[in-house]
Amino acid sequence: MVKLASEAEAAFSSFYEEMKTKGATGLRSAAWDAFSSKGLPNRRVESWHYTDIKAAMSKPAPLAIGRAGVETARTHDSIRLVVLDGIFRPDLSNLSALPEGVKVQSVRDALAQGTPGVMALIASADVQTDDALLSLNAALMQDGVILRVGGGVTVEQPIELASITSSDEAQSSFTRSLVIMGKDARATVIETAGALSAASIQDNQALIVRLAQGASLNLFSHATGQSEALVRVMSLVAHLDERATLSAYSLIEGAGLLRRQIFARLDGERARVAFNGATLARGRSHADTTLIVDHAKPNGESRERFRNILDDTSVGVFQGKIIVRPGAQKTDGVMQSKTVLISDSATMNNKPELEIFADDVQCGHGATCGRLDKDQLFYLTARGIPRKEAESLLIEGFAIEAFDGLENEALRNFVSERVTKWMSGRTA
Amino acid sequence: MLEIKDLHVSVGEREILKGLTLSVKAGEVAAIMGPNGTGKSTLSYVISGREGYEATQGEVRLNGENILDLDPAERAAKGIFLAFQYPVEIPGVATMTFLKAAMNAQRRARGEEELATPDFMKRVKDASAQLGVSQEMLRRPLNAGFSGGEKKRMEILQMALLQPRLAILDETDSGLDIDALRVVADGVNALRAPERAFVVITHYQRLLEYIRPDTVHVMAQGRIMRSGGPELALELEERGYQDYIAQEAA
Ligand SMILES: Nc1ncnc2c1ncn2[C@@H]1O[C@H](COP(=O)(O)OP(=O)(O)OP(=O)(O)O)[C@@H](O)[C@H]1O
Ligand SMILES: [Mg+2]
Repeated sequence: MVKLASEAEAAFSSFYEEMKTKGATGLRSAAWDAFSSKGLPNRRVESWHYTDIKAAMSKPAPLAIGRAGVETARTHDSIRLVVLDGIFRPDLSNLSALPEGVKVQSVRDALAQGTPGVMALIASADVQTDDALLSLNAALMQDGVILRVGGGVTVEQPIELASITSSDEAQSSFTRSLVIMGKDARATVIETAGALSAASIQDNQALIVRLAQGASLNLFSHATGQSEALVRVMSLVAHLDERATLSAYSLIEGAGLLRRQIFARLDGERARVAFNGATLARGRSHADTTLIVDHAKPNGESRERFRNILDDTSVGVFQGKIIVRPGAQKTDGVMQSKTVLISDSATMNNKPELEIFADDVQCGHGATCGRLDKDQLFYLTARGIPRKEAESLLIEGFAIEAFDGLENEALRNFVSERVTKWMSGRTA
Repeated sequence: MLEIKDLHVSVGEREILKGLTLSVKAGEVAAIMGPNGTGKSTLSYVISGREGYEATQGEVRLNGENILDLDPAERAAKGIFLAFQYPVEIPGVATMTFLKAAMNAQRRARGEEELATPDFMKRVKDASAQLGVSQEMLRRPLNAGFSGGEKKRMEILQMALLQPRLAILDETDSGLDIDALRVVADGVNALRAPERAFVVITHYQRLLEYIRPDTVHVMAQGRIMRSGGPELALELEERGYQDYIAQEAA
C-alpha cells in the first residue's frame, strides 16, 4: 500500500470512505487504487507537465452537498437536465419534455443499483487512459445523468446537460454523466459547465459518450466561471463504433484553472470525430486542452481545430495526440491549434504529437502562436475603424473560425455573442 | 488640399523618402509615376498612417492641418482613403460586417448618426451594382480568396461607400482586365468633385486615358523629380525613367 501523505490526498481518502457507502464499491475501489497508487500528478507526469494540478488542488474543500432554491438562468433553447453542486436535480430539469426514445436516469440511482452492464458503461474502461484525475472522478463520483437515446431515434431539440456550481462556500464536486446512443441514433447535446459563485470550487466532471454503429452526436460544450479560485477538470471520454460520428465544438471562457481533456477511441471502421473549439483566457487564468484521439480501426477520420486567445498573464496549453494503432489503415487525421496572444505577458504551450503504428495513413498537425496580424490591423484602421474595434473584429473572426462547420445556428449566434461580450470586457 | 513639404521617411534603418514635396489641390487628380522601389507605396502609407512608416522630417497637411500625429482611423475619418496596391485578406471578418463597421466608425468620428441597416444595405447594393461587385463576393469574408481584380474592385467599392476627400489609388489598375479597368475608372470619375482630390499611382498611361489627370508627377529615388500636365505621362511612356535616374547619379 502506498501512503497518501499530502493534505489533498488525505482529504480525497476521506471522500472515498464516504462515497464507498453509496454503492458501486467494485468500480470505485478499482478507480481508487488506480488513483492512489500514483496520487495527484505533478509536473513530471508528461500529460500534466504544463498544468500544475497538484499545486492547484493542494487543499480540497469539503464535498459538495446539493442545495435547494437556486435559480439558474436558461441560455439555450433546450431540454435541460441540471446537475447542481454535484447532484442531479430532476426538480430543475425538464424531464417531461424528453421525447420518446430518450431515457434519463440519475447516476446516483444507477450506482446504488449496481447493475453490472450499467457499471461497465459508467467505467468505460475500454477507452484506455491512466489519467489520475479521471480515476479520481470514478472513485468519488457523486451523481450525474445517464442519457440514453434509443436505436434509430432522432432527437431534434438539443438536450442540455448543465453542470453548475452555486455554493458560496468552498466545495469539491465530482460528477459523471453519460450519453449513450443506440444504433443510428442522432442527437445534439449541449454540455454546460457553469459557476454561479466566486467561491473556491474544485470541480471534477466527466462526460462519457458511447456511440453505437452509425450513431451521430453533435456535442457543444461551454465552460465559464466567475473566479480565479475555480479549479475545474472536465474529461470527455468517447467510444465510437463503426460509422459513428462525434462532432464536438467547445467554447471555453477561462476562469481560474481549467483543464479539458478528451480521450476518444475510434473502435469501429469509418468512425469519425471532430473536436473544435475556442478558448478565451485573461487575467491569471490557465486553460488547458489536452486530447488523445486513438484510431483503433481502419478508415477512421479525425479533425481537430482549436483557437486560443490569450490576454493579460493568462496561460494556454494545447496537447494533442493522434494515435494510429497497427491495422488502422487509411486513417485520416488533421490536428491544428492556432493562438493569438493579445498581451506580451500571456503564454501558450503547444504540444501536438503523432504516434503512428500503421503505414498507410494520412496524418498531420500544425500549431501556430503569434500576435494579431499588423497588415490586417492597418487595413481595418485605415478604413476608419478605431484600433480597439479593429482588434475585436479580428479576434472574433479568429475565434469563430473554430466553429466553421457548426450547423446549429442558435449555437453559432451564441458563440458570437459570447465572444463579443468577452472582448468588450477587455481592460487594457 | 494635400500639402507635403520636404518629407523624409525611414523604414527601419533605411531612408526611403528623401525630401519629397508635393501639393494637390481640391478637385485635382494628380498622377504619380515612377520606377519600382522608388517609394510610391511608402508615400501612400505615410499619408494614411501606417505603423513603421514614420516621418523623420518635413510635414504632411490636409486642408492646413498637420496629420502626422493622427492614427490611421482618425485620418480616415478626416477623409483620407487608400486603395491598397495589395489589399489584405481577412478570412475571419465578413465583408458586410466590415463595411458597416467602417462606414459607421467614420460617421461617429464626424459626429454623424450611424446608418440604419436598410439604408446601409441600399448603399452597398447600389454601389456594388455600379462596380460589378457580385452579391456572392459580398457574402464572403473580406477579400478572402478574391482574385487580384476582384480585390481591386472591392477597394473601389469601399471608396464609393466611404466618399473620401482625398483618395490615393496605389496601382489600382494592376491586375484588372480591360473591362474591369473601365468599370473602375468610371467609378473614380463618378466621384470626381470640386471638393475631392485624387492621387493616382500607376505605371501605365492606359489608366490615365480613362482617368484624365490634371497633373502628372515623376517620382524617383524618394522625391518628386518633375511635375507637369498629362503630356508628361506620354513622354514617360516613350522615354522611360532614364533621365531621372541619371539626374540623381550626376
Ligand atoms: N517594411 C519595409 N521594410 C524594408 N524595406 C521596405 C519596407 N517597405 C518598403 N521598403 C523598401 O522601400 C522601397 C520603396 O518601396 P515602395 O513599396 O514604396 O516602392 P514603390 O515605388 O511603391 O514600388 P512599386 O512600383 O514596385 O510598387 C523599396 O526598396 C522597398 O524594398
Ligand atoms: Mg508600390
